[in-house]
Amino acid sequence: YAWDANEEYLFKAMVAFAMRRYSSKSTTQISNVLLCNVTDRVSFWFVVTDSSKNVTTVPGSEVEAAIRMNRNRINSAFLLSDKTLQFLKITSTLSPPVEPSTPVWLIVFGVVLCLIVAGILLLVVAGIRQGKTKNKQSTERENLEEKGEVAVTVENGIPCEALDLKAGHINGVFAADDERFTSL
Amino acid sequence: LAVSPEIPKEDGRPKWDNKFQYILSCIGFAVGLGNVWRFPYLCQIHGGGAFLIPYFIALVFEGIPLLHLELALGQCLRKGSIGAWNTISPYLRGVGVGSWMVSVLVSLYYNTILTWVMWYFINSFQEPLPWSVCPLNVNRTGLNEECYESTSVNYFWYRKTLNITPDVTESGTLQWWLILCLAACWAIVYLCTIRGIETTGKAIYVTAIFPYLVLTIFLIHGLTLPGATEGLVYLFTPNLNTLKNPRVWLDAATQIFFSLSLAFGGLIAFSSYNPPKNDCEKDAVTVAVVNCMTSLYASIPVFSVLGFKATTGYWDCLDRNIIRIINEFDLPEESIMRQNYTAWISFLNSSYPEKIDGLKLKSCDLQEFLDQSVSGTGLAFIVFTQAVILMPGSQAWAILFFIMLFSLGISSMFGNIEGVFTPLLELQILPKSIPKELLSGIICLICFLIALCFTLGSGSYWIDIFDSYAGSLPLLVIAFFEVIGVAYVYKIKRFSKDVKWMTGRKPNLYWQITWRFISPLLLLIVFVAFVTLQIQKPPSYAAWNPKYEGFPMKEEKVYPPWVQAICVLLALLPCVFVPLAALFHLIKQMRRRKDLSFVPSEVFSCQGANS
Repeated sequence: YAWDANEEYLFKAMVAFAMRRYSSKSTTQISNVLLCNVTDRVSFWFVVTDSSKNVTTVPGSEVEAAIRMNRNRINSAFLLSDKTLQFLKITSTLSPPVEPSTPVWLIVFGVVLCLIVAGILLLVVAGIRQGKTKNKQSTERENLEEKGEVAVTVENGIPCEALDLKAGHINGVFAADDERFTSL
Repeated sequence: LAVSPEIPKEDGRPKWDNKFQYILSCIGFAVGLGNVWRFPYLCQIHGGGAFLIPYFIALVFEGIPLLHLELALGQCLRKGSIGAWNTISPYLRGVGVGSWMVSVLVSLYYNTILTWVMWYFINSFQEPLPWSVCPLNVNRTGLNEECYESTSVNYFWYRKTLNITPDVTESGTLQWWLILCLAACWAIVYLCTIRGIETTGKAIYVTAIFPYLVLTIFLIHGLTLPGATEGLVYLFTPNLNTLKNPRVWLDAATQIFFSLSLAFGGLIAFSSYNPPKNDCEKDAVTVAVVNCMTSLYASIPVFSVLGFKATTGYWDCLDRNIIRIINEFDLPEESIMRQNYTAWISFLNSSYPEKIDGLKLKSCDLQEFLDQSVSGTGLAFIVFTQAVILMPGSQAWAILFFIMLFSLGISSMFGNIEGVFTPLLELQILPKSIPKELLSGIICLICFLIALCFTLGSGSYWIDIFDSYAGSLPLLVIAFFEVIGVAYVYKIKRFSKDVKWMTGRKPNLYWQITWRFISPLLLLIVFVAFVTLQIQKPPSYAAWNPKYEGFPMKEEKVYPPWVQAICVLLALLPCVFVPLAALFHLIKQMRRRKDLSFVPSEVFSCQGANS
C-alpha cells in the first residue's frame, strides 16, 4: 500500500493510543503527535507534545517505553513486522523459541530404537527356532538310522532296497559316455 | 555323502541368494560417503571437467586391475582375507592380517560418522529445523554469542552435536546424546550383519538402491532451484591448466583407490561366497564403472544445491547493501533492485563517494561464494544443511538427505564388518557350538565400546586422525603387496590359469600388463608421493575455538608429540604385520627344517580346491 496522509493519520493515532495506554491518562490527542521530515523512503521524525504542560515535548524515554509496550499492536495496525517497521533506538525483545516438554528428537529416537530391537529379537528367535528344528531333524535321522541298522541295511543313508530298485535303470548319460571311449 | 535338502551349502560355506545380491553388495561397499562429499570437491578444486581425465586414467590402470585381482582371489580361494593370503603363500599371511586390521580400525570410526548422520536425521523432524535458529543467551537479551558470531548451522554442528573442545588434548566429557545414537547405529549394523551375508544380502537391496532414488529426487529438485546452473557450470568448466600440477594426478589416483574400497579385505570376503565358476572379470568392470558413474551422478545434485546456496548468499549480500544504501540516501522502496544495483553503485560512487565509503559496503561477488569449497563432513553438516533451510519444505529434504547418507554409509559398513567377520569365522576363534549370531554380536559390542572414545568432546579431531592415517597409507602398502604377491609370488601364469578356469577365458594382454607392471608401479609412485607430501609439513589440524581472535575462522594448531606418535602408530600398525608375519613364518620354517620331518607345502590351485 502507498504511504499517504491517511496512513500518517493512522500512525499519529497509534502513537497517541500507545501514550494513553502507557501513562493511563486520556489527555493525549492525535493533534499532539507531530511528524516532520517525511521522505520518500517513508522515514520520518515524530514528537509527542503535552498539551497540558504548555506545549512541551514528552521526554523520549517515555515515548520509547510506550511504543515498546504496544509494539505488536502498532505493527499489526500497519500489517508490518519488527523487521519492516523500524523504530530507531528501540530494539525488539526477542521471543524465546518454543521448547516442547520432551525434545522431539528423543521421541523419534525411541521409535527407531524400538524398531531395531524388535528386528534383532525377531532374527535371534528365528535363528534359535531354526537351530532347534535342525537338531530335531538330525536326531530323528539318527534315530531312524539306529532303527534301520537292525532291520534294513543302509547304504549312505538310503535303504538298500530303494537302491536295488534304482539299479535296474540304465543311466543314459553314462551309457553315452561309455560308447565314446574306444575299446582297447 | 548325506545331502540335507534345506541347507544350500556344499562345503558348509554360505552362498549369495543370487548374483544380483553379490553385485549389489560390492557396489554398496564401493559407493560410500566419499562419492558424495569428496569427489565433487576434488572436481571443483582441480579444474572441473579436466579432473575427469586423470580420474579415468587412474581407473583404467589402477582401479579396475586391482578390483579384478581381489574379486578373482576371493572367488578362487573361497576364504576371507587372512585365510586367502595364507593359502597363496604363508609368507604373505601378513597381508591378510594387515587388511583385517585396517577393516577393524575403519569400522570403529566410520560408524561414528553415521552416528552424526543419525543425530541430524532424528533432529530433522522438528519445525523449525534446530540448526536454522540461534538460541537465546542466558539473560534473553540477545542471541547466544557463539552462535551469533558464526552461523546457526555452525553452532548446531560444533556445539549442539559435537560439543567440541578447543584442542585435541582436551578430551571433554562423553556426550550422552551421541552415545545413544552410536548404540542405535551399532544395533542397526548388528541387525543387518547378524548372520553374515544371509542377512546383509537382504538388507543390501534397500540400502544400496535407496540412495540412487534419493539422488534422482535431489537431482530433479536441485535443477529447478535458482542458481543451479551457475553451480553446475562452475563445477564442470574444464580448466586444463590444472593438469600440469602433479597434485591433481595424486588426488585422482588416491580418490579412485579409496573410492573402490580396495585392500580392505571386504571384497575378498564378498567374492569368497560366490560359486567358483563366475565371471569375476565382468563383475569387476561393472562395479568399477558403476562406482564412477555414481560419483559423477552424485556431483550434479550436490553442485546444483551448492550453486543455489551461493546464489542465495549473493542475493542476501546484495539485499543487505541495498537496504543500507536506501536508508542512507532516503530513496523510495524498491528503487534499487538487484538488477540495477551495479548501475546505481557506480552512479552513487561518482556523485557521493564519501558517503558510500562511510557505509563500508561489503563487496558481493558470486564467484567468491562459489569458491567456498568444502568437502567431507563440512559439506554434509554445514553447507548442505544451510542450503536445506532455504528450500521450501525443508524438513522433508533434510530427512531424505540424511537417510540417503545413512544408507550410503551403512552399505559400506557391511563390507567393513564382513572383512572383519569372515576371517574370524574361518580362524574358528569360537568353538563350533557357539552360533554365528554371538560372534557378530561380540564384534559389534567391542567396536561400540571402543568407539565411545569418539563421542568425547575431542572425538571429531580423533576421527580426522584415524581417517587420515589409518584409512589411507596402510591401504596403499597392502594393495602394493597384494599385487606383488599375486604377480610375483603366486605367479601370473598360475593366476591366469585360475581365472581362465573361473571365467572361461584367459585374461587378455591388458590384464597381464597392468597386473605385472603398471599397477604396482603406479601404487609405488602414489605411495612415495603421498608420504613425501605428508612429511613436508608438520601435521596440523583446524580447531574450533570460540575464544580465538579470528573466530569464526578455525584456529590452526599443530598436533602435540604424543598425538603424532599415535598417528604414526596407526599408519604403521597394519603395515608392520606384512614383514612380521613373513619373518615369523621364516623362523618356523627354519625350525622345521632342523627337525628333518619336513613336509613340502602343497601346491595350490583353484581347480584343485574345488574338484
